[in-house]
Amino acid sequence: MTQADAPDRLHRRPLSRIVLPYAMLSPAVLVTLAIVFFPMVQTVWMSLHDYVLFRPHAFDFVGLKNFRTALNDEVFWISLRHTIIWMAATIPAQLLLGLVTALLLNQSFPWRPLARALIIIPWALPSVVIALMWVWIYDSNYGIANELLLRVGLIQRAIPWLANPDTALAAIILTLTWQGFPFFAVMILAGLQSIPRSYYEAASIDGASAWRQFWHITLPGISGVIVTAVLLRTIWVANSFDVIFVMTGGGPGYATHTLPLYAFIKARTNLDFGYGSAIATLFTLMLMVIVLLYLRRTGKAVQ
Amino acid sequence: MALGKRSTLRRILTVDLPMLAILTFTLGPYLWMLITSISRESTLFTEGPSIWNATIENYTRLFATVGFAGNMLDSLIVALGTVAVGLSLSVTAAYAFSRFNFRGKRFLMVQFLLINMFPLVLLILPLFVLMRVLGLLDTHLALIIANSTVAIPFSVWMMVSYMNGIPRSLDEAAMTDGCTRMQALRRVILPLCMPGIIATGIYIFITSWNEYLYALTLGGRNVRTITVAVQTLIGEYEVQWGLLTAGGIVGALPATVLFLLVQKRLISGLTQGAVKG
Repeated sequence: MTQADAPDRLHRRPLSRIVLPYAMLSPAVLVTLAIVFFPMVQTVWMSLHDYVLFRPHAFDFVGLKNFRTALNDEVFWISLRHTIIWMAATIPAQLLLGLVTALLLNQSFPWRPLARALIIIPWALPSVVIALMWVWIYDSNYGIANELLLRVGLIQRAIPWLANPDTALAAIILTLTWQGFPFFAVMILAGLQSIPRSYYEAASIDGASAWRQFWHITLPGISGVIVTAVLLRTIWVANSFDVIFVMTGGGPGYATHTLPLYAFIKARTNLDFGYGSAIATLFTLMLMVIVLLYLRRTGKAVQ
Repeated sequence: MALGKRSTLRRILTVDLPMLAILTFTLGPYLWMLITSISRESTLFTEGPSIWNATIENYTRLFATVGFAGNMLDSLIVALGTVAVGLSLSVTAAYAFSRFNFRGKRFLMVQFLLINMFPLVLLILPLFVLMRVLGLLDTHLALIIANSTVAIPFSVWMMVSYMNGIPRSLDEAAMTDGCTRMQALRRVILPLCMPGIIATGIYIFITSWNEYLYALTLGGRNVRTITVAVQTLIGEYEVQWGLLTAGGIVGALPATVLFLLVQKRLISGLTQGAVKG
């Protein structure tokens, strides 16, 4: 603001007006450039190189070799398939459960404030703790999941949920659904409460059934919130591979490998930062394409 | 009267019971962890977890042998540092976005939103290389910087929405009375934004406290946050579920308590943009 005290009063206003907003923005913008933008570009740059951390001086430009390797890598395709199952199952499950919860929370019942406060708890828990407690629930010998299912008679003997390649991914998807659906519930509830009561009153006077009211008033009223929430959750679920990492580490075998996890493991255990970066870049590109397609489709649908 | 009773019964069947089922699903795992953590390790596998003969032996062992106190301190330093960085950098930026019209405003705001859209795995590898070059691996600063990648854009957006809620006429009145822009911001706008700033700060604190992947990759030996410590417990004390779940409860406690304290304000801030948009 020292510039603003310049003696020339005529020039003072316009100049400070032009410079001031940029001066106020510059700390945040510069730091963000340095710690977010620059590293992102660096990932793409690393993906074009042979870069293994235990060979510190080898940083050879290899063009698209890492990407070609990925396309011929069986584990890459396995991870891609799991990524699609993982995201295509988790997000709709969260949305559906969240929608039901929000509709319930929008009714009036005596303990509604309590329910609304408690429903959100999974969201505030560290992912490591979530992973820990679900590993305990799924425990093959003493886990409560097996015990409950055995008692009800749904299964004949205990199933090692996380150690069995056929059930591990499904078990993780259930955990992630549990973790994320409160977010949908809270967002959708806010959307529900923004719909004017008079719409429903008018509809019931016209004799519209509850189902028709839901279809013609409620759904259009919350479609905007749902679009935003699905978008935010997609990014969140893509980042939630830490839960998988702690629960199974990607195993048994490759049964719970997903692309972000595979990129992370490649870099962390093999120290292969070139290849890890290539997978991370590929995953980001796919995610961006999906997000763009989604925005174009929903943009039309909402209008 | 008969009608009233019937509708109450109907409400219980269609609202209360389903809600109760969902809440059981939501809280069940957490309560199960809590019950396990206060059960005696010696009887855990013979009799199963139970709240009768509750004990705190798992918690005392946690702090005595595993050294959880040091891990909590590390988490605290990292989380508070991230709150400081995130809030201090975003206050002026949010004010500029909220009060000025300038070239590139829309573009810059969209950039701050887009940055949150990139998956974390894209950042974690280069940040490791960067910290290694700078010699910052295994320091609090490295984790603060890494957590700031999320905290700065997030708090810019939150603060813009809080500041937009404060009438511009207040800044103008302050400036007519002889305040400069910065004084108007500091003496008038900031105090009014305080509730919003606190909510944003607490949200940053919770996400930094809960953060795991950066803490594992960039720290781990000297600086071991609570999340990494809990994960290490899983590896070292594989079958001692009493101890493990006690670690989980302690690790989750600060964030859970803080969250329940501010959740109302926080959720209204978070959902505002989405509902309007």
